[in-house]
Amino acid sequence: MPGALVKIDDYRQVAPRGTVDFLMRIGERLRGRRLAHVSASRYGALAESLNRVVPILNDLGVETTWEITIGTADFDQVTRAIAKGLAGTEQVITDSMLARLRETGADNAQRLRLDADLVMVHDAAPLALVEGRGEASRWVWRCHHDLSAAQPQLWNALRPMVQRYDAAVFSLARFAAPLSIPRFIVYPSIDPLSERNREMTRSEQAVQLDRLRVPRDKPILLQVGPFERQHDPVGVINAYRLVKRHHDVRLVLAGPPPAPGGDALGDVQEAASHDPDISVIVLPPDPQVELNALERAATIAIQKPLKADFTIEVATAMWKGKPVIGTIAGGIPFQMVVNVTGYTVETVEGAAFRIRQLLSNPELIGRMGAAGREHVRRNFLVTRHLSDYLALLAHMTR
Amino acid sequence: MTEIQPFVFLGCLDLNELLPHEAHDVRELLEQLEKVPVESVFCHTSAALLHRPVLAEAYPNDFALWVGTEVRDVRLAERLAAVDAFHAGSMDRVREELIATISDHLQHLGAAPPRTQGKRFRFFQTHLVPVPTGHQARTLVEFRDALAEVDVSALFYHTIEARYRAGRGRGDFAEWIGAALGRADLADRLAHIDPHAGSLERIRDRHLSVLSDAISGEEGA
Repeated sequence: MPGALVKIDDYRQVAPRGTVDFLMRIGERLRGRRLAHVSASRYGALAESLNRVVPILNDLGVETTWEITIGTADFDQVTRAIAKGLAGTEQVITDSMLARLRETGADNAQRLRLDADLVMVHDAAPLALVEGRGEASRWVWRCHHDLSAAQPQLWNALRPMVQRYDAAVFSLARFAAPLSIPRFIVYPSIDPLSERNREMTRSEQAVQLDRLRVPRDKPILLQVGPFERQHDPVGVINAYRLVKRHHDVRLVLAGPPPAPGGDALGDVQEAASHDPDISVIVLPPDPQVELNALERAATIAIQKPLKADFTIEVATAMWKGKPVIGTIAGGIPFQMVVNVTGYTVETVEGAAFRIRQLLSNPELIGRMGAAGREHVRRNFLVTRHLSDYLALLAHMTR
Repeated sequence: MTEIQPFVFLGCLDLNELLPHEAHDVRELLEQLEKVPVESVFCHTSAALLHRPVLAEAYPNDFALWVGTEVRDVRLAERLAAVDAFHAGSMDRVREELIATISDHLQHLGAAPPRTQGKRFRFFQTHLVPVPTGHQARTLVEFRDALAEVDVSALFYHTIEARYRAGRGRGDFAEWIGAALGRADLADRLAHIDPHAGSLERIRDRHLSVLSDAISGEEGA
């Protein structure tokens, strides 16, 4: 696991001036306090973040553990349905499903080591652990998803459980549900030293792009995201077509293999099939290096979802010095400084207009890209995330 | 001869708490401004430097910014931008000025205020956790050199937080330089650095420039 080898000192080269020394001082101040993270999996975006955050917190002197809950196959089905319901897709959630959530929480509470000063429980699957909490620790529920449209009956059933925590943490204010406990906001972050974001030589980029069959002969417009209707890949193709009347560019759409049912990959492939300048790339598992190369090769990054979570891909593109044209969905506008690091748009025509504007003013691409990288350095690197978690630990255990 | 007490540089961690107060139009903004804790007024005015990028052309507080960009009432946005959190004397006074400005605007509006078509205004409050940076100074040169190195949050803690929320005189830098080093003239110059200079980094640069001038003057004398 590459994350385990990284030390806080390694971030001196990328973090803002004074940040690493300051984090070390905070670590000294909080030395001896114990933080326990609990999640349901060691895989996925959350795990990627914890893989890096947990060793660095330990390196800083804060004794940090990461526990994983286990459940049976039917429990996985329950948590999937609950996750969808909380995201706003109507689900049938029965009393027996909620009972399963509680039973699994109780089983895991017996098994896991949760004797920390602060216990941070991530997302809904381990939510019910709190029912067996002791009073010695403080408990925080870290919700990484948007609860603004949660299925009402489901949320009514879960809210009393959430309110047994001492606080909740959301990624954005607009994702937060009303609660009687304090609610804090902590933005997600990117790791500048990860395979996805580390510096990459031109020759290494070339190897990856050749492997993905992306020629480097024209400016590249790139959207990274699932081939799902809510990410509007067809809308991006339509915007590209409007741009193509004036500028000779390529469009690259890259996303993970579609989940069964309801995907838009077929439509995208059909729309792209008659144009050799459109590349539709179904990414391999764990495509960190591939995405790093694609983002570095891009001239402009596009994020045009109609509905979205935080969409940290905006920050990953900005870190590579790319201007971003994005919608106002989810966390996209919160990562950008509009008109400084990129533009927000609401329509296909708006996206095309902004792309043309940038392509016609190459100096603007450079200026926005540089501003975006600095904005990410200050606000969206893992060093800022560490500082937020340490602030939470200090505040909750004061 | 009494020993000079060193200046100990503290940085701060900030944690943003979402409050159960929000506004969809200017009238609701007024109602909520009357109810929120005064720390929330600090968060959206003086502490805005901590949590959002500073653009030269942007309004200096979150209330003006929201009214300007989301409600699109430029007249009120300009008036709210003119409420100077750094010269009002206290956060209660800032709240009074904001309330008086919005009330007056609504009285003259004659119609129901437009509702935002974009983001609603959500009230926050900022919790600060002071942390020693490990830097301290006994002389002007040490002070200047440490100031160049410390985490930027130390600038916020010793100037904005000290002066405008905690009520520590003209801010910790000016107070120490005036009292411990006996440099009233220099303390005065530091106290007059405009917090509207822009970002905390720009405020740092202004301090460094004043300090370097003073050090060069000493060396040349």
